[in-house]
Parts: sequence; structure tokens; C-alpha cells
Amino acid sequence: MNLTKNNRTDKNRKETFFKYLFLFCAFVAVISVFAITFFVFARGLKPFMPWNDSGYSLIDFLSGVEWRPGSDKFGILYMIIGSLLATIGAITIGVPIGLFTAVFIAELAPKKIANIVRPAVELLAGIPSILYGVFGLGMIVKILTKYSPNAQGQSLLATILVLTIMILPTVITMSETAIRAVPSCYRDGSLALGASKIQTVFKVIIPAAKSGIFAGVVLGIGRAIGETMAVMLVSGNPIAGIPTSLWDRVRPLTTNIALEMGYASGTHQDLLFSTGVVLFIFIMIINLALNKLVHNKIK
Amino acid sequence: MKKYTIFILIMLMAFTLATGCQGGSEDDSEGQVSGDVTNLTGEIVGGGSTSTKNIMEATGEEFTAINPDVIFEYNSTGSSDGVKGADEGTYAIGTASRQIKEEEKASNLTEKVFAFDGIAVIVHPDNDIQDITIEQIAKVYKGEIVNWSELGGEDAPIVVVSREDGSGTRGAFEEIIDFEEALTADATIGEGNGNVQSTVAGNANSIGYVSFTYIDSTVKALTVEGIEATTENVLNESYKVSRPFVMVYHEENLNDATKAYIEFLMSSEGQKIVESEGGIPVK
Repeated sequence: MNLTKNNRTDKNRKETFFKYLFLFCAFVAVISVFAITFFVFARGLKPFMPWNDSGYSLIDFLSGVEWRPGSDKFGILYMIIGSLLATIGAITIGVPIGLFTAVFIAELAPKKIANIVRPAVELLAGIPSILYGVFGLGMIVKILTKYSPNAQGQSLLATILVLTIMILPTVITMSETAIRAVPSCYRDGSLALGASKIQTVFKVIIPAAKSGIFAGVVLGIGRAIGETMAVMLVSGNPIAGIPTSLWDRVRPLTTNIALEMGYASGTHQDLLFSTGVVLFIFIMIINLALNKLVHNKIK
Repeated sequence: MKKYTIFILIMLMAFTLATGCQGGSEDDSEGQVSGDVTNLTGEIVGGGSTSTKNIMEATGEEFTAINPDVIFEYNSTGSSDGVKGADEGTYAIGTASRQIKEEEKASNLTEKVFAFDGIAVIVHPDNDIQDITIEQIAKVYKGEIVNWSELGGEDAPIVVVSREDGSGTRGAFEEIIDFEEALTADATIGEGNGNVQSTVAGNANSIGYVSFTYIDSTVKALTVEGIEATTENVLNESYKVSRPFVMVYHEENLNDATKAYIEFLMSSEGQKIVESEGGIPVK
């Protein structure tokens, strides 16, 4: 085959082909986002449209504290609160632990120990979420059962603990990358001015790595609020009731969808999509808010 | 040359990606046709209980696989509708997931029990309670009894475990025990029989209910009003937390295809499908 003869046109053709191939690949993601958004919103908003006879009131949906599809009671307020409390709890415990682990690996730990901790964290990230749930049910719930005033371990607390472990890898990896990206002259400068190692970490490195750490927190929140399988096993999923203590059971938005989608039909099914819409909106708000925060901080 | 190979490979991959989503689920049931293909034709119209839907559709699917010219249709509209439909001729076969009521028994309406559904009430093996009555179960699940001492056990709160809404087992349980839509808000919801079983196995104060196949050494099945939860006791109708799956039809309304289908459903092959769909076979 004569490769030199048509080299130029051949090269051009290849260039064009790959250009469009890359464009096509890039569009797969964009189209998916739009398709998912459109699909979920189209189904999820259907019951609230005024022309829908078999619909449901949006206010009742968002303010109800009872989910009994058989009696036409579809209230998700207690689920929204459950989801938020579980996420806030997991972030409150998980972010400090994660951040300090990242600082430890990146700044303080001797190489030997860092080489043990880092693979462990990476492994933690790779464990399928259902296994977290099985672990949560077999260990955390079992232990909590002994101390719970409700005589059972499935609770907000169990959910928070499982979610905390689950968001650790995200927070640690993102924070570590951010900390490592801080130019070493910052460190040197701080140390040269007489600051101790810990002072340098808190006063110089963490502030400098802030945007990366925030990104880790955003992803952590996303994972916590979106987690389904693991949470389903440990949260208790009650059909009613706003959680008022750590020992109360919660039914996060995600598990509500996963539990019943297999059987639901008609309005019930549409309202499960509506639950998805609420979840979707939450994720968008959190992303936008924290993005804004990060950008403001950088400026 | 090598470049061209890679080029072609990428094209192939893109092509499979692009076409992959179209093929899909069309022909996965083919090739599993068992037995001889017959030339039976006709339409089988069935309808009734939602609980028997899985069994009816699974057997119907298998039957139409053997008899490709037969059209099978099942409408899950409820037990009462099934009996009424069979009597009025809307359905050739109507099904009910309960005993046929006295007032429903029309003249020459044939009844045939083709499966049973049994649910075991389970507690932790360490629980001292051995027996429970239907009334007590109802009170526990409605949240009127909240402590084991009220049932003769230790002074400990009862942790009620139920199934997700829409589950056939939950529907059957609520219907048989008669507390439909009155489940206590305190109930923990487990997803699937296995989840309820492991939740009960992990908590000494809990009570749950599962299909018979989920009884094992990690949980203890209670006797209900003195009767043990076994398939024999379901078949002789002494175990209360069970119900028959009945089909009703007018003999003269049946076409050949429907007759053959009923025969198939009652055959050992049909009953095997009943069992795989979670029912208790009658033979």
C-alpha cells in the first residue's frame, strides 16, 4: 500500500473523522443530561398539572408527612427532612475526618504510613455501595440496637454513620489533590517566618487549597444525598413521621423511589418521579450554591 | 496498515454502540420453547386478582411459547372483578386471591384452586413467644399492641417490620389479617422478603412476615392460632395466614386454547411455574 502518495488527504480525512468522533462523544454526556432531566421532569410534574384529573396537589405532596399510596396519601416532607438531616450529619462528621486524613497523608505522615493509608482510602472508594449497606445492617445497626431507646438500630444515626464512611474517599481524595497543588513556596515561606507545621497547615495550606476542598465537599454532599442502596438497608424507611431524634427512623427520598418503583403504577408511579424531581432540584441547588461560594472565595 | 485496523475497530465500536440500543429485549424469550409446538389457535382472555398476575402471566408466557398461535391476555383488575367477569363472560377465566363468597357463587360457575399463598409470621429465635392469634397480629401491626409483655413475653418494645407499599406479600398479609392501609407509622420497612428476614434475625424484639421459602434457622416462625406454618397446613387450609388462588369459569365459555391452558396450569410443569413465582403448588 502506498502511504506517501495520498498522505495529505488521508491525514485530513483522519483529522476530520476524529474531530467528529470527539464531538459525538462529548454530546453523549450532554444529551444524557438533557434526556434524563426532560424525562424525570415530564413524568414528575404530570400529577401537578391542573388539566390532570387523576393528579395530586403539589402543596399536599410537599407538606405531607405520611406516605400511604393505598389511601392516596403522598406526603414527602418527612422524607425531605430525613434526607437533609442524614446528609448534614454525614458532612458534619465526614468532612473534618476526611480533611484531616488528607492533611495527614499529604503533609505530615511518614512515607511508610501514607503508603498504607492511601491505598486503603482508594479501596474504600471502590467498594460497591450495597456492601456498605450490608456492613451497616450487620455491624452498625446491630451495635446501635443495644443502645437505642427504640429497641432497634435502623435509625437516622445508622444512616449518618454509613454515609460518613461512604463520603470519606471523595473528601479525602479531592482534598489531598488540592493540598498537594499548593505551591511549596507557600509552605517554605510560612515555615521560614517561624510558623509551626500545624500553624502552616491551618493558616496557609488549607486556605490556599480551599476551592479544591470545597469541590470535595460538594461531591460528598452529592454522594450522600443521592445514595440509595446502602441507606435503604439501615434507615428503616417508615411510612410516616418527621425524625426528631438521632434514634428515629428516616426514609430518604432516594429509597422511597427505589422501594416502590418496581410495583407502582398510575399516579403512585408519577409521584415517585416527582420525588425524583425534588431530589434533582436539591442536587442542583447544592451544586449551584457551593459553586458560587467557591468562585467568590477565589476572587 | 496498523492504523487502518485501529480505524476500522473504532468504526465497528461506534457502530455497535449506535445499534446496540435498538435490538434489546425483543427476542430473549425465543429459543427456550420446550415441548412440541402445536397448531392450537385462539385467544385466552383472563382477568381478576392482581396477586395472581405474576403466576398467570408467567404460565401464559410459557403456554404461548409452546403454542405460538395462541394469544394470551390477563387483566389485573381485582378479585371481585375477576369473578364477575367470568360470570358475565368478559373473561373466559376469572381469578380471585381469596375464597369465592357465597353470594358470588353463580350457577354452574366452576371453581378451581390452582395455587396457595402462605405467609409466615417470624420473630427472633431468642423470643419466648411461640404462638400468636390473627387478632393479635392485627393489633401489633396497627400499633395497638406495642410491648411483648402484652403478648405474654418479656417487657420489651415490639419492633414491627413490614414490606414496601405495593409488595404482593404485604398486600396479601394486610388483606388476610384485615388491617388494610392501617399499618402503624412506627413500622420499619424492609425491601423484599430477604431484607425483612435479616432485619428480624438481627433484632431480638422484632416481628416480621415473609413467604414460606424464607423461613430458616436465623428466624423463628410463630404458630398462628396453634397451627404451624407449613405447606401441608396451608394445603389442608388449617393455617390461617394463607389464601387460595382460585380460578372460576363457565365450562361452556371455554375455547380449546383456554381448556388446554387450564390443563397446562394444573400440570406439573405449570405448577412448577407457580412455585417459581412464589406460590404454593396444589399438587
